[in-house]
Amino acid sequence: MDNQKWFSGALLAEALKESIRKLDPRSLIANPVMFVVEVGFLYTLILTISAAIAGNGQPVFIGEISGILLITVLFSTFSEAIAEGRGKAQAESLKKTKKEVTANKVVGDQIVEVNGHDLVKGDVVIVSAGEVIPNDGEVIKGRGAVDESAITGESAPVIRESGGDFSSVTGGTTLLSDELTIRITANPGESFLDKMIALVEGASRQKTPNEIALTIVLAGLTWIFLLVIVTLNALAGYSGVLVSTTILIALLVCLIPTTIGGLLSAIGIAGMDRVTQFNVIAKSGKAVEAAGDINTLILDKTGTITIGNRLAEEFIPLGDKTSGEVTKAAFLASARDETPEGRSIVDLAKKLMPDLVAPEISEVIDFSAETKMSGVDLADGSEIRKGAFDVMSAYVTYVPGGFKEVVDGISRKGATPLVVSIDHDPIGVIHLKDTVKPGMRDRLHELKSMGIRTVMVTGDNRLTAATIAAEAGVDDYVPESKPEDKINIVQAEQAAGKLVAMTGDGTNDAPALAQADVGLAMNSGTQAAKEAANMVDLDSDPSKLIAVVSIGKQLLMTRGAITTFSIVNDVAKYFAIIPAIFAAAIPEANKLNIMALSSPNSAILSAVIFNALIIPALIPLAMRGVKYKPSDASTILLRNIAIYGVGGLIVPFIAIKAIDVIITGLHLV
Amino acid sequence: MDVLGIVQIIVELAAVLLLVRPVGGYLVGVFFKERSRLDALFGPIERGLYWAIGVDPSEEMGVGRYVLSLLLVNGLMIVIVMLILITQGYLPLNPTAAANMPIDLAFNTAASFMTNTNWQSYAGETQVSYLSQMICITFLMFTSAATGMAVGVAFIRGFASRDQRPGFREITGIGNFYFDFVRALTRVLVPFAIIVSILLLVQGVPQTLGGPLSYHTVEGSISTLYRGPVASLESIKHLGTNGGGFFAQNSAYPFENPTPLTNVIEIVAMLIIPISLLYAFGVMTGNTKEGRILIGTLTTIFIVLLSIGLLAESSNPALSNLAVNQSSGNLEGKEVRFGTENSVMFIVSTTSTGTGSVNSMIDSYTAIGGAVPLFLLMIGSLFAGDGSGLLTVLMYVILAVFIAGLMVGRSPQYLGRKIESKEVKLTFLAFLVHPILILGFTAAGIIFATSSLLNPGSHGFTEMLYAFSSAAANNGSAFAGLSANTPFLNYTLGITMLLGRYITFPLMLLVSDSFLRKKTTPYDAGTFRTDKWIFGLILIGVIVILGALTFFPVLVLGPLGEALL
Repeated sequence: MDNQKWFSGALLAEALKESIRKLDPRSLIANPVMFVVEVGFLYTLILTISAAIAGNGQPVFIGEISGILLITVLFSTFSEAIAEGRGKAQAESLKKTKKEVTANKVVGDQIVEVNGHDLVKGDVVIVSAGEVIPNDGEVIKGRGAVDESAITGESAPVIRESGGDFSSVTGGTTLLSDELTIRITANPGESFLDKMIALVEGASRQKTPNEIALTIVLAGLTWIFLLVIVTLNALAGYSGVLVSTTILIALLVCLIPTTIGGLLSAIGIAGMDRVTQFNVIAKSGKAVEAAGDINTLILDKTGTITIGNRLAEEFIPLGDKTSGEVTKAAFLASARDETPEGRSIVDLAKKLMPDLVAPEISEVIDFSAETKMSGVDLADGSEIRKGAFDVMSAYVTYVPGGFKEVVDGISRKGATPLVVSIDHDPIGVIHLKDTVKPGMRDRLHELKSMGIRTVMVTGDNRLTAATIAAEAGVDDYVPESKPEDKINIVQAEQAAGKLVAMTGDGTNDAPALAQADVGLAMNSGTQAAKEAANMVDLDSDPSKLIAVVSIGKQLLMTRGAITTFSIVNDVAKYFAIIPAIFAAAIPEANKLNIMALSSPNSAILSAVIFNALIIPALIPLAMRGVKYKPSDASTILLRNIAIYGVGGLIVPFIAIKAIDVIITGLHLV
Repeated sequence: MDVLGIVQIIVELAAVLLLVRPVGGYLVGVFFKERSRLDALFGPIERGLYWAIGVDPSEEMGVGRYVLSLLLVNGLMIVIVMLILITQGYLPLNPTAAANMPIDLAFNTAASFMTNTNWQSYAGETQVSYLSQMICITFLMFTSAATGMAVGVAFIRGFASRDQRPGFREITGIGNFYFDFVRALTRVLVPFAIIVSILLLVQGVPQTLGGPLSYHTVEGSISTLYRGPVASLESIKHLGTNGGGFFAQNSAYPFENPTPLTNVIEIVAMLIIPISLLYAFGVMTGNTKEGRILIGTLTTIFIVLLSIGLLAESSNPALSNLAVNQSSGNLEGKEVRFGTENSVMFIVSTTSTGTGSVNSMIDSYTAIGGAVPLFLLMIGSLFAGDGSGLLTVLMYVILAVFIAGLMVGRSPQYLGRKIESKEVKLTFLAFLVHPILILGFTAAGIIFATSSLLNPGSHGFTEMLYAFSSAAANNGSAFAGLSANTPFLNYTLGITMLLGRYITFPLMLLVSDSFLRKKTTPYDAGTFRTDKWIFGLILIGVIVILGALTFFPVLVLGPLGEALL
């Protein structure tokens, strides 16, 4: 959804209806500032009616004030409704994927057709090609391609299979091939899709810690101004001034922080919504807020900092071997390697020696974390292997001269060396080039300027890691690490008082994802990882973590900026209303009427109208967040103070004067 | 404008700022360091005191017991002092034959001096005996200041750096009240007061137990010259940010403040401890800049308000159409030996701290000249009282960090510790006390005690507003022009003083305790820094805007309305 869509017609109409529903005082009381305004509206409404019936006083003026107070509350509920509306639109499209499905449930040794909604945790179902997976689950048998576009928007199917890191499936996605036996892991209404719908709809929205604290400040300010208003007549009575209740209420509403009070929840919802637009599901607003506070980002090298797919660059022969020999060996070792690296080796080999033909293979040896090597056994019995230097140097029967030098030379370039052997005889080294993602260096530099430390985690050796780290510009790196090490890194950073964010997808990432203050799991990852994390990236792009941090910061900044703006606005409102109140009894007070407002009534009305109009005027800002360029705190602070602090001091003087000119011209007062 | 007067003001400010570092360092040593060379001197006295009270000074109390001990000690003193005051007519050392005090006045006086306010509804020369002057007034001047310092010191502990620095006591909680209270007396207030007393004695301030003297004036009539143990009171009156005078005219009276030099000494004495404690605060946070920025910020507000005051008092607009030479400024109600400049400087200093002594009558200031001290009281007296002032300053700091801190895109942190709902709630509750007391009681006073006002209109309104602002801020300076010695005002002002002090203490100590228990995040480039000048500007904005927003209507009804006339 793009940023401009917030005023689309249908959305607007729905939000308008919702904003009236939200006027219910029982729900409005959660927002103390707006609750006070609503009480003020009801009170002035009664005053208007009684003045009209009694035929004295100024029923028109009181009625105008009353109406503007109602509009003020409406603007506030409208801003919230419109923020929620955007989420709802997104939820609608998700709901469409939640269609009725029939599931083939395994009961004993029979298969029973049941409604997908009746499945509970622990049930086992069989899903065939073309069927929709009824609910979240774990593949316990089979392997198949799944279309997850309903959730991720990504059209390329993904492989799901039993065991390992690719065993989790999401309800609402479609199996394209083969047959899967799935154990259901969620009860009805609790599936990932259900949770997502609730999240984007804002139904399960709770106030975040910072929102609660800010609400306390706003309530505190409201108390102060209530006190000012309540004591005013007693104090002013001494000077012979009696301020009417209507004007007291008008003054109160102008002084209490209605701008931020009205927009606070919209800012929060919009922040979550911006995360959602990035195709990231935050499980709570708290997580988005925490993202703004992050001190350390733990980034996986592969897939986050580098492109992920390392490509074969050259083949280097060892000892007395020729380049033809190594090219052929590399080709044979990768003949059945379907990984992007393997494909790139075959491609390079074919380019160098176009007459290479596929060999006759008796067995394929897949790569595993234990053996750290892969290859094939040929029909003639020869063992072709390729793997990392440390395992291969133990595997081969002898170490040719210059072996280590070649390997280190590649590592130093930040590339990965793969050693190829035939029957334990080292033939040569494949140079796999690792490329830092375009633009990554600049983004990491931005993070640094914001004071965020980046730590790169990689399974590579120290040399390779150091080269990539330097190339990308990360602050620190942890080489030769296993996924299990991540939790130690997280805990070490946290022990130093830092807030840590990380990404992960495997089951062995889960503890670290749970431990981190912000854990972003890849949707392609395991159920365990997704459960442990507080955010899930539907596109499975780990570098999005950086964007999430920015959104968190922007959310907090927007809150601070509008709060500051709201408070400093009061200065101008005072200069409008105070002279108006006292002008009758203390004519000299009119010297404070520095805006030269035309009459006391017009001054009060102008201030109240400004107070109401500023809310919708700032809705776009609340929705998209304040603009910010990544830089250090002082620069950002200075800019925001200049715009929202100083601006907030000046703008209302001009605006109130303008409103005064207009309403006087229209003879509204 | 008198150049010499301005030079004197600069000298006074420079003297204070030069003394802040050594005195602040000394305070750190007294309260936070393991050992000092002075232990041999003060140790035995202190051990004797602890033994007499029956306490273990090394025991960690926690907020609850700390506050209870404080209330117990203060409460007991209030009772004793009230008893002495209502029976002073029967007691010895009463050469002026002061009568027993009525209970409302005794309550007001005891509350006033125990809360470090020193609002005086009585006239010193005639209504209190020498015994009362020494036991009730001078004694409470020491203990109330020591109570404030104890709270300030305890408060600092929550914000102190977590690094165990060599030579410093380990901080495990907010500390022990008796330890802080006794040390404030033995190592700070008593020795400092002795030094200042001697300086004042040299300049001619009397110190005697002899009764008043009678003498024949040139006109032939008989006049009475009051005197007494003045120097001992005068020193602690300023050092302890007390402000209650021996004589009704306070520091305007030649026996309290005889020379321009004593005027300098008194100004320096009242500013030194509150400002040095801010420096000590900085040292304890592990970054002296934290303290220096606070001192710089508050000094900036001080200088701006002082300049407004000086400008306002440079002439009296009421006389501008007459053939009067106003080159010496608006001298009505001011002492010629101080002149306009040093009268304004004294008044701004006294209302920027919790002192409240006066060397000129604010009632006679121009409307704006009088609005300056009034505004200072409304914002809680800037540096405020010894120790207790830190609580006021930090209240503003926490609110400023919370509001502006968000603008850097992080949830607000102060000194690496997150400000969350609990701290915000406690701070705001503490913050609300002041406006509630001022606006609520002024409203009550203006309705029920109109007869106490000596002037009509805006000026009369200011007299009442000033009294309750002064009481709520525990300052004690009087605008004058208000007959405060009525049961209604004695009780309402007394209650204002008590609430203004004892509600804030536990609330802010809980804030400190909460900070003590928080995780500390190290600083990085994205941290909202409170040790930079930009934070100083924000703090000024928060203090001035929050103060102005709350009190703008009453300021219009009072001094601003008068100024516009």
